[in-house]
Amino acid sequence: MPWDSPLVSKLKSRHGSGVREASTYLGQNYLVLDPSVTREVLQILRDEEQFDYCVDITAVHYPKREKQFDLVWILYSFPKNERMRVKTMIADGESFASAVSIWPTANWLEREVFDMFGIKFDGHPDLKRILLPDGWEGYPLRKDYGITQQDQKWVQINLGIQSGQ
Amino acid sequence: MTDPTTYISHLELGQPDKTYLDTSELILNMGPQHPATHGVLRVILKLDGEKVLGTECVIGYLHRGVEKIAENRTYAMFNPYVDRMDYVAAISNGLGYCEAVEKLLNVEAPPRARYIRVILTELNRLASHMVWLGTHALDIGAMTPLFYTFRDREEILKIFEKYCGARLTTHAFRIGGCQYETYEGFEKDVKNFLAFVPPKIDEYEELLTTNRIWVERTRNVGKISGPDCIALGVTGPVLRASGVKWDIRKAKPYSGYQEFDFEIPTGENGDTYDRYIVRMKEMRQSLRIIQQAIDRLPSGPIMAKVGKVIKPPVGEIYHSIEAPKGELGYYIVSDGSTQPYRVRVRPPSFVNLQALDLMVRGQLVADVIAVIGTFDIVLGEVDR
Repeated sequence: MPWDSPLVSKLKSRHGSGVREASTYLGQNYLVLDPSVTREVLQILRDEEQFDYCVDITAVHYPKREKQFDLVWILYSFPKNERMRVKTMIADGESFASAVSIWPTANWLEREVFDMFGIKFDGHPDLKRILLPDGWEGYPLRKDYGITQQDQKWVQINLGIQSGQ
Repeated sequence: MTDPTTYISHLELGQPDKTYLDTSELILNMGPQHPATHGVLRVILKLDGEKVLGTECVIGYLHRGVEKIAENRTYAMFNPYVDRMDYVAAISNGLGYCEAVEKLLNVEAPPRARYIRVILTELNRLASHMVWLGTHALDIGAMTPLFYTFRDREEILKIFEKYCGARLTTHAFRIGGCQYETYEGFEKDVKNFLAFVPPKIDEYEELLTTNRIWVERTRNVGKISGPDCIALGVTGPVLRASGVKWDIRKAKPYSGYQEFDFEIPTGENGDTYDRYIVRMKEMRQSLRIIQQAIDRLPSGPIMAKVGKVIKPPVGEIYHSIEAPKGELGYYIVSDGSTQPYRVRVRPPSFVNLQALDLMVRGQLVADVIAVIGTFDIVLGEVDR
């Protein structure tokens, strides 16, 4: 279902084709944006539309698509009591502008996306792995990473387990 | 292994205080094996004497790849796994997950199931707060509350055990409702518990609320303001203790919470003492909710019509609940098959822990222990 609101029409008038889709599914609103305008729109959403709380940042991997990753921001506005999602698509190897200067909470959330998907965020103050050890090879939440797969070399060197499993 | 000093390279460190003695900075590695870090949290502290100049959390020791496992299980098969994230409040995890999948399927649990869910979830909130109180007080040096709270938590676990056979990782709910009808004597047990526990909470408060040592150790320790909380995404009792009156049970009611009358306790100072007071008040509010739910417990079916094979249509959903620690969210993407395409868990402990650095800078080493305790983190949820 299309999502009509003053917010959407404002963004559409400002960014035109940058707003690819504005929909409501199961009562939840989301925007699909072009990567070129996404960072700017996120800033607008916080500064002008009172989306002051960044609930979550995550990604979804679609290996068969040309632009393999969906980057998802889940936002909440305390004054409006409203939730929304912002989505954009980026290709493998492409980096994205960090949102840490908009919401400080993005720091660890972006680190987790980097850790699990290998998406780099430009301008992040300290982009490194967060859950997996430094020096781990591979990005586990990519679809081509098997569920039993491990970085055998890392395990052999650091844990002294010869089989690497 | 990685050299611990490499982790702190990025920290912007304040200058050591040269007023009295010529001191030098010291790096102290706290954890991962440390009784006061509530699991396997490692905090690298940069110290000037006793003063904390900066911290860096190293997490992931308990990482099990829950989100990856979800992609390789069916919706129902993944249900027990969520209990193992925040294992102190397993029922809350299950509630959030089941409701998220139900929303994706566009079904709603029947009223009786919703009431049973509310009763068990609120009992679990009490149990979680009791574990928090006992361990937090133990960290700060008060040993007695630990024995009191664990003794009383036992009564809650007995109800869980009678209801579903498990005490900790209960797997109490199913997608679409509850699998089990309440056992005979459930209402009596819950009512007995409701009569039993208020004097016990008074007892904890007697031990701590005006205890001079407790007040000295917690007042003005780990202060954080409301706007800082929002900017850092901190939710739950920590946010409320900073004066922001926000609770998902009120803001975005789920599972029929709009039918219950309760208040959102808030604090003013945003320090460790206020967070203690807020949680104590929350325990009493939970009792109010349980009382109303047990008095009005409707009859009827406990499962909605959900097929044996759960196959949600293509789409995505974000659903969050107020877990004892804060906003627990599930972002589920369905590709129309029996297995979720992606499950993202938004854990409250993980996001809250990010505020540790802000809260302990300029404070003493001993306060770091108090602040870690006041977050009420569970490392199973931080690392997933």
